Amino acid sequence: MRRLTYHEPESLKDAFALLEGHGETAKLLAGGTDLIIEIKQETKTPDHLISLRCIPELQDIDYSNGELCIGAMVTHRMIEQSKLIREKFSLLADAVDNLGSVQVRNVATIGGNICNGAPSADTAAPVVALGAKLVLDGPAGERQVNVEEFFQGPGKTALAAGEILRAIRIPTLPQGAGSCYIKHSRRKAMDLPLLGIAVIIVPDDNMVCQEARIALSLAGPIPFRAKKAEAFVTGKPLSREIWEQAAQVAVSESNPRTSFRTTADYRKKMICALIPRAAETALRRVNKAWMKG
Amino acid sequence: MDERVMAVKISFKLNGEDVCINIDDHITLLDMLRDNFELYGAKEGCGYGECGSCTVLVDDVAVNSCLMLAPAVNGRSVVTIEGLSGPRGELDPLQKSFVEKGAVQCGFCTPGMVMSAKALLMAKPRPTEEEIRKGMAGNLCRCTGYTKIVEAVKDASEKEVL
Repeated sequence: MRRLTYHEPESLKDAFALLEGHGETAKLLAGGTDLIIEIKQETKTPDHLISLRCIPELQDIDYSNGELCIGAMVTHRMIEQSKLIREKFSLLADAVDNLGSVQVRNVATIGGNICNGAPSADTAAPVVALGAKLVLDGPAGERQVNVEEFFQGPGKTALAAGEILRAIRIPTLPQGAGSCYIKHSRRKAMDLPLLGIAVIIVPDDNMVCQEARIALSLAGPIPFRAKKAEAFVTGKPLSREIWEQAAQVAVSESNPRTSFRTTADYRKKMICALIPRAAETALRRVNKAWMKG
Repeated sequence: MDERVMAVKISFKLNGEDVCINIDDHITLLDMLRDNFELYGAKEGCGYGECGSCTVLVDDVAVNSCLMLAPAVNGRSVVTIEGLSGPRGELDPLQKSFVEKGAVQCGFCTPGMVMSAKALLMAKPRPTEEEIRKGMAGNLCRCTGYTKIVEAVKDASEKEVL
């Protein structure tokens, strides 16, 4: 591996100073499960690595005032093991369940997953469906960006030079909501998704859809909400047929590509197959929550 | 960049013993363990976090040592396969189960397998078969077909002392 200097600042202030001091020769290091590989392959060649591992305010999951706040350095393993997230934000737990291996989940972080801007990021569709806001901090101060606007293209994000993602803020889902994320991949473990489907449903007492959110990843260059499909199901009874029709609408909104992993056509077919399936699981989770209550 | 970068001094707990070393920043934990401490149990299979043969415990959780930089373990605890056996070289019950169940063929993946299983059993002493398979999904074995490995972990989990 190339020579480099490793920094481990213990405050955001020190991290900003290092970022400013080393400019483009520096890279922020979160879990490193992608970046260290890229450095080994020399597709990225930073002279300085600024690890965010020891900055206290990036490490916690906090739930208060109707909002979930996940620090950027929270690992996928912490999310996987959080009862609160599994109960109240099930689709996010789904997203990390089969992300890499235990070894990877122990170090890889949600902040790293989002900031890489990889189309295949497993947390991308769930955070888009959840309407997350990203707290970006910089020497000039803090700003908040809707996660949908954060993703700008494959590997491209709204993170400006000198900025650090501090936290992911997620508003609580409406009462009685159910959610699900399906990662469609060739293997059950240790694989990247061919398609990511996130669905959130809020039914009323008569199983009529009050609100629906559908977010897709790998169905276009960046993760997006299938807004027409969402509008199509809203106000309709939540039947399999309605979801099959909604999936067709979502396909018309999507623009998947053919890559070495699979074809655009296959991805479209799987959008049709998996949106109803994700909706079914989300709905089942609603019922479960009601029965418990 | 300046090639005369000074090595940094780090100290950490290695297999229960306090150690101190000067190490270059770009050296991975795996290379440091093998080249500087002559602990050859952890292996480099892929070097990209796919195969798990470099698995060690850092602060009691399994990590791929090929993807972690050595200076990142400063002040932490690292346990390798060499740290599992007792003071007189007696095997850990988990290692005994691997031997008794015939879970080892060529042996290249075995140290990583054992360390992943150890982390799993430390966090969850009585895992189901599904939990074992999921917990070990990041460790590839090209010989055994995994059946004996899962049996060994199950066997160890049924022993009294771990």
